[in-house]
Amino acid sequence: MTTIATPRSPYARSPRRGVNWEKAGWLYMRISGVILVVLILGHLFVNLMLGEGVKGIDFAFVAGKWASPFWQVWDVLMLWLALIHGANGMRTIVNDYATTRGMRVTLKTFIGISAVGLILLGTLVATTFDPCPQVSVDQLHLLPSFCPPQ
Amino acid sequence: MSVASAKRAAKSTTRPGGTLYRGHEGMWSWVLHRITGVAIFFFLLVHILDTAVVRISPEAYNAVISSYQNPLMGIGEIGLVGAIVFHALNGLRIIAIDYWRKGVKYQRPMFWTVIGVWVVLMAAFIPRQIIVIISEVQG
Repeated sequence: MTTIATPRSPYARSPRRGVNWEKAGWLYMRISGVILVVLILGHLFVNLMLGEGVKGIDFAFVAGKWASPFWQVWDVLMLWLALIHGANGMRTIVNDYATTRGMRVTLKTFIGISAVGLILLGTLVATTFDPCPQVSVDQLHLLPSFCPPQ
Repeated sequence: MSVASAKRAAKSTTRPGGTLYRGHEGMWSWVLHRITGVAIFFFLLVHILDTAVVRISPEAYNAVISSYQNPLMGIGEIGLVGAIVFHALNGLRIIAIDYWRKGVKYQRPMFWTVIGVWVVLMAAFIPRQIIVIISEVQG
């Protein structure tokens, strides 16, 4: 038999066990958000406003940035913070709008797989990148100017 | 609630107290935050993939990135930057609502501050981007 609380008894939270993941996610959105404002607006300013804008972006431009650990750390940090921030936001939206359990599980599985996959891919690319790779003669002019002659 | 005060409440057109997300700036900022968030998420997925091509070869990366360097994508980039700047500024407004003692009280002027700063930043970016687009067309 279920019992109901005595009328007028003070509200009491049901005891929780373990980590409050929903609260951790809420907090993560705010902390990562503040950092991302700096990282992404800086990224946009350097890549789209300075120099020739998006027209100036090519292999040599990326190589010039990633030859420096500063931009490697900047970009990898941005990758992790932004993808987890975005995936958690998408999770919230799925929870709000997907009406069946099956649909929620399916969509959140896709979101999780793409986030983990792209974080691994992006981290691998940025950390194993060689600004001066061995290339065929016809591609030599695409390398940044600081590369030693091959 | 007495019958009289219930009738008054039903007739009243003012917002009920203590609602942040029901109608007006509070609601529309929430709607815009969601729409811009989803758009940025899908761009991010594509952007990580296109950047990953840099690991294949200089030629392959230049081929992929050149698909961004035309007037149509140039205008799309204005939309993208607009979405990111709004999401960033409104995100700061949300944090202020959560943590600043007077955040809820000033959420409405803070929304219009977000719009104002957005206009200023876009006024700096759009002319710059139009110059880039024109130089792309001229080769």
